[in-house]
Amino acid sequence: MKADRFWRTLEEYSNFEEFQRSLLDEFPPGVSERPAFLHRREFLSLVSASLAFAGLTSCAPTVPEKIVPYVRPPEEIVPGRPLFFATAFPLGGYGLGVLAESHMGRPTKIEGNPDHPASLGSTDAFAQASILSLYDPDRSKVIVNGGRISTWDAFITALATELEAKRLNKGEGLRFLTETVTSPTVALQLRRILEQFPAAQWHQYEPVNSDSARAASRTMFGKYVDARYHVEKADVILSLDADFLLSMPGHVRHAREFASRRRTQPGENRMNRLYVLESTPSITGAKADHRRPVRSSDIYVMASRIADALGGKTSTGDAWVDALVRDLQSARGKSLVIAGPQQRPEVHVLAHAMNAALGNIGQTIEYIDPVEPNPVEQLESLKQLTRDMQNGAVDLLLVVGGNPVYTAPADLEFAKHFANVRVRVHLALYEDETSDFCHWHIPETHYLESWGDIRSDDGTTTIMQPLINPLYGGKSAVELLSAVLGQPTRTSYELVKEAWGLDEKAWRKAVHDGVAKTEGLAGGRSAGLGQNYSPPWQRRGGRASNTNFAKPPFLRLRAAALALRVLRLRAAALALRALTRGLLASTEVFAQELPGASPLEVVFRPDPTIYDGRFANNAWLQELPKPLTKTVWDNVALVSPATAQRLNLGQEDVIEIRHEGRTIHAPVWISPGHAHDSVTLFLGYGRTRAGTLGSNRGYNANSIRTSSAPWLAQNVEVRKTGGRYMLASTQSHHLMENRHLARRASATEYGEHPNFAKEETQVPPRELTLYPEYPPENYAWGMAIDLSTCIGCNACVVACQAENNIPVVGKLEASRSREMHWLRIDTYYEGDVDQPEMLFQPMLCQHCEKAPCEPVCPVAATTHSNEGLNEMTYNRCVGTRYCSNNCPYKVRRFNFFDFHAGERPSMSLLYNPDVTVRSRGVMEKCTYCVQRINHARIDAKKEDRLIRDGEVVTACQGACPADAIVFGNIADPNSRVAKLKAEPRNYGVLTELNTRPRTTYLAKITNPNPEVPKVGA
Amino acid sequence: MAQIFNRSTNTLSRVSIFGAVFIIAALITVWGVMIRSPYFTEARVVREQPVPFSHKHHVSGIGIDCRYCHTSVEESSFAGIPSTKTCMNCHSQVWADSPMLEPVRASYREDRSLQWTRVNDLPDFVYFDHSIHVHRGVQCTTCHGPVEQMPMTWRENTLFMEWCLQCHRHPERYIQTAGKSIDSPRKLTNCSICHR
Repeated sequence: MKADRFWRTLEEYSNFEEFQRSLLDEFPPGVSERPAFLHRREFLSLVSASLAFAGLTSCAPTVPEKIVPYVRPPEEIVPGRPLFFATAFPLGGYGLGVLAESHMGRPTKIEGNPDHPASLGSTDAFAQASILSLYDPDRSKVIVNGGRISTWDAFITALATELEAKRLNKGEGLRFLTETVTSPTVALQLRRILEQFPAAQWHQYEPVNSDSARAASRTMFGKYVDARYHVEKADVILSLDADFLLSMPGHVRHAREFASRRRTQPGENRMNRLYVLESTPSITGAKADHRRPVRSSDIYVMASRIADALGGKTSTGDAWVDALVRDLQSARGKSLVIAGPQQRPEVHVLAHAMNAALGNIGQTIEYIDPVEPNPVEQLESLKQLTRDMQNGAVDLLLVVGGNPVYTAPADLEFAKHFANVRVRVHLALYEDETSDFCHWHIPETHYLESWGDIRSDDGTTTIMQPLINPLYGGKSAVELLSAVLGQPTRTSYELVKEAWGLDEKAWRKAVHDGVAKTEGLAGGRSAGLGQNYSPPWQRRGGRASNTNFAKPPFLRLRAAALALRVLRLRAAALALRALTRGLLASTEVFAQELPGASPLEVVFRPDPTIYDGRFANNAWLQELPKPLTKTVWDNVALVSPATAQRLNLGQEDVIEIRHEGRTIHAPVWISPGHAHDSVTLFLGYGRTRAGTLGSNRGYNANSIRTSSAPWLAQNVEVRKTGGRYMLASTQSHHLMENRHLARRASATEYGEHPNFAKEETQVPPRELTLYPEYPPENYAWGMAIDLSTCIGCNACVVACQAENNIPVVGKLEASRSREMHWLRIDTYYEGDVDQPEMLFQPMLCQHCEKAPCEPVCPVAATTHSNEGLNEMTYNRCVGTRYCSNNCPYKVRRFNFFDFHAGERPSMSLLYNPDVTVRSRGVMEKCTYCVQRINHARIDAKKEDRLIRDGEVVTACQGACPADAIVFGNIADPNSRVAKLKAEPRNYGVLTELNTRPRTTYLAKITNPNPEVPKVGA
Repeated sequence: MAQIFNRSTNTLSRVSIFGAVFIIAALITVWGVMIRSPYFTEARVVREQPVPFSHKHHVSGIGIDCRYCHTSVEESSFAGIPSTKTCMNCHSQVWADSPMLEPVRASYREDRSLQWTRVNDLPDFVYFDHSIHVHRGVQCTTCHGPVEQMPMTWRENTLFMEWCLQCHRHPERYIQTAGKSIDSPRKLTNCSICHR
């Protein structure tokens, strides 16, 4: 018997017999002790009395409420109907045109602006979550001067005194540090300031920027140009570590264009094909037809291989590359090579050369004048500022937005030199790490609170209008700069309107549409590099052709020189030799394999939901599961399974990463599909002053990031510390366990067996049910989600949260799977653990026609409407949770706590008045945006017509950049959703349970190249 | 052993056990009637207002239409309470010095809203839409009672769900549609029509 003994605690082990006896005790000590002062009869009488009185709570007459009208009502507002205003959401300096929905003067939701070319009616997760930061209770509310509350007037007085002194020496020592600026008004103001103070300087820095692309374009063209991609025109796309579907400027448009080329019918193949080389699994990699994990430092070598092969070399010895090259060459003028913004400039040079060799310039890639009025290489700009601060050359520094103390690379020691500046002013949305170092902190207005303007990546300019007066009396950048110009009382409205100089009618139209013409303002016109501009190499004669890649010495020498100087790798030296010869004479150059068991590298990436740290206090984004790891509330260090095994790392083990004398500790997350010998670290966490939610959370990757290698660190040591750190993840395993949830096939398979998706499971016949069918109605609501186009970007999840007042539960409850998102994106891996295929499946209430949740509710709180909706009545729900128990999809969410208890007052402005705010003890789930359906039905009835197709747009549908979610009336055979459901690849999830879900999925169709072999990473 | 209970207890026990069912039923009936009585529902209870506004005078007496003041009743879920400006449209000239109207003038002068007491109120979990009811031909007085005869405003009906269901289950009894189709009771009694 002794061999059977197993123990979990030391007590158990040491006192086994006593422990056994204690298990037999029905009531362990402490459980049933009754209070000493209360005898049984007294207890019973108290209980019965309270029970008797309990019923009386319902019969107290209600206290009448107040109803408060306007004094002078504003003209446009009809109480109960929202208004929509066009503005733009700024991120990284670029604007995404949006329509903000406003209820009675408070903005509650962000929608895309269909007229805006960067939005095309959709948004991303950041834009959806931006409404929360408007009402964030932790926003800075007062001007702070040296730790004490001050006023704008006091600031103006102090500033005027300083500037008076500066005027005498032409502004020597006056510096401005902004983030990326595309706003024409701000640029105009800064130009005027620099005219008034000629010795002043304007620096720009934010961590996620286009420095590599800028350096590359400077090398190639001698000036800065911006690239604009036409993804819908490309048949073959090669991404060199470029997450163009999620992280690059213009990603919403890219997703839409990419999705438009992924839809196909059986037999026809107009699909594009995406090849991705990357180290960190990203959304773009997940959508790739062929993805190859490559260490970030090896991307350049791979790119050189491909470039050489395009240049005329017949075989590289790497079958994968050969097949890729053939594919690219077959799509001349219709292919696209994109280099990632975090790759080194040489990769950008190679990408451009490849595009040129393939004849893509002017077709799928277009060069335009820089969208920024004053583009700089931002890390250089910051370095210069830091050097000047160190030398004491900076006297008055105004930091307009941004958080350089947190985001600057560690080796610059920005904070230390920042303290050298005599007067420091900071304008920001939050009192953050930089504000702590500043003499003056001025609260910034949120973009929904002030006038401004901004440009998108393609040059479209939007005039941003406010939807609400500044909640805390903040000032915008435009107003601060106006104060510097000596006009502190001018409002942002006056300043922007004056800068634009339009007549009243044109101004109103521009503001109303959200899109403005840019003639007369700086930049935006095409640089004409596609058709008219001939790059230096072409001027030597001849049009760009296949062999032209080998011809231009200008390009080759520059690129090769860069390569030599920076890389000092044997491969680079060989590349130089090969390039200058024009044609690769020796094939053995690239026959050698990449070195295996390479030294570890560390790759830095902006966090998928927190970006560079600015959203650290945004609860929706903190709780938003990261697209592939599904972790929440923390950043992680990603390693591949093989590397983890080699270094003996388990999930949640804490590792120490040491680089150039600085160390950080980070928890490990094992990431299938990650490149070997590479660790990915995410920015944005480890902040010390980020409000109640963002502070002291995660590790700060900036503390080992250096300015010489901001995205890739190579002399690193990784060591297991032996500690562990609990990580909360909403999807703990990513396997389908033979349940055919997310189905996919290649385009050829689809052509041969169009009904493959339906045939994977056996669906019971329609007559096999105990319950009668519902009679036909005018409307039968249904939804179709296309897995081919869903990119897993999470915009729908946040949109649903914003529209339906969904609460945030925090890390502990999320680790218990109690997160409240009504819509979740499930990620599934299939195949080889080193090169898995990744599938995204949005999962929401399926509104089953034979819903298992409905018959089990004891109080009929969930019922079925005759239009097919599975309804949820919160006031009836008693919290049995039987419905969630019975739901096979597990899409029902229970309010275990009152998540709104103790909420700060500004949050009550955020909620959508059309949707109930739920309290403790009720079940909730996706309602197909019933509030929108009801409004549309009422409007249609008032006009004596039926609801038109496309009139009801659910929140998730409206946010999706790829248009993957389609909602509508399936009783109408001409509706978009009915036509999609009629496609052969349409199928329902878990239909073998006879639930008859109204939400069906269109199986993912991939477009693999049959010549590409499966490669082990 | 001495008997603890009197012989009459036998009869009493039998009567009370047999009658328990009827006693409980009677109690429940009394409770159900009580809770629907105006004492508990406060129907017909006049609410105190900052200004003693008389619908009887303005509607019956002068002939102002409901929609002159309750402006959004045909467009929106919320019927609307007139803003101070609406009152001042007339009362800047008519009864311009009346002391009874001083709160209105003060509100307009100081740009501070009047705080009326809500007479017809539904719980927050009910989403009622005025515009569709008006469009379908439900008269204002059907739900709000003879407002034009009210010198001070009161709530005429209980506004309980069972009261709403009287119409939602039998709409043809309450609306005249002049030939247009009425929604079926099945549709009108979907939970999500009012609760979402």
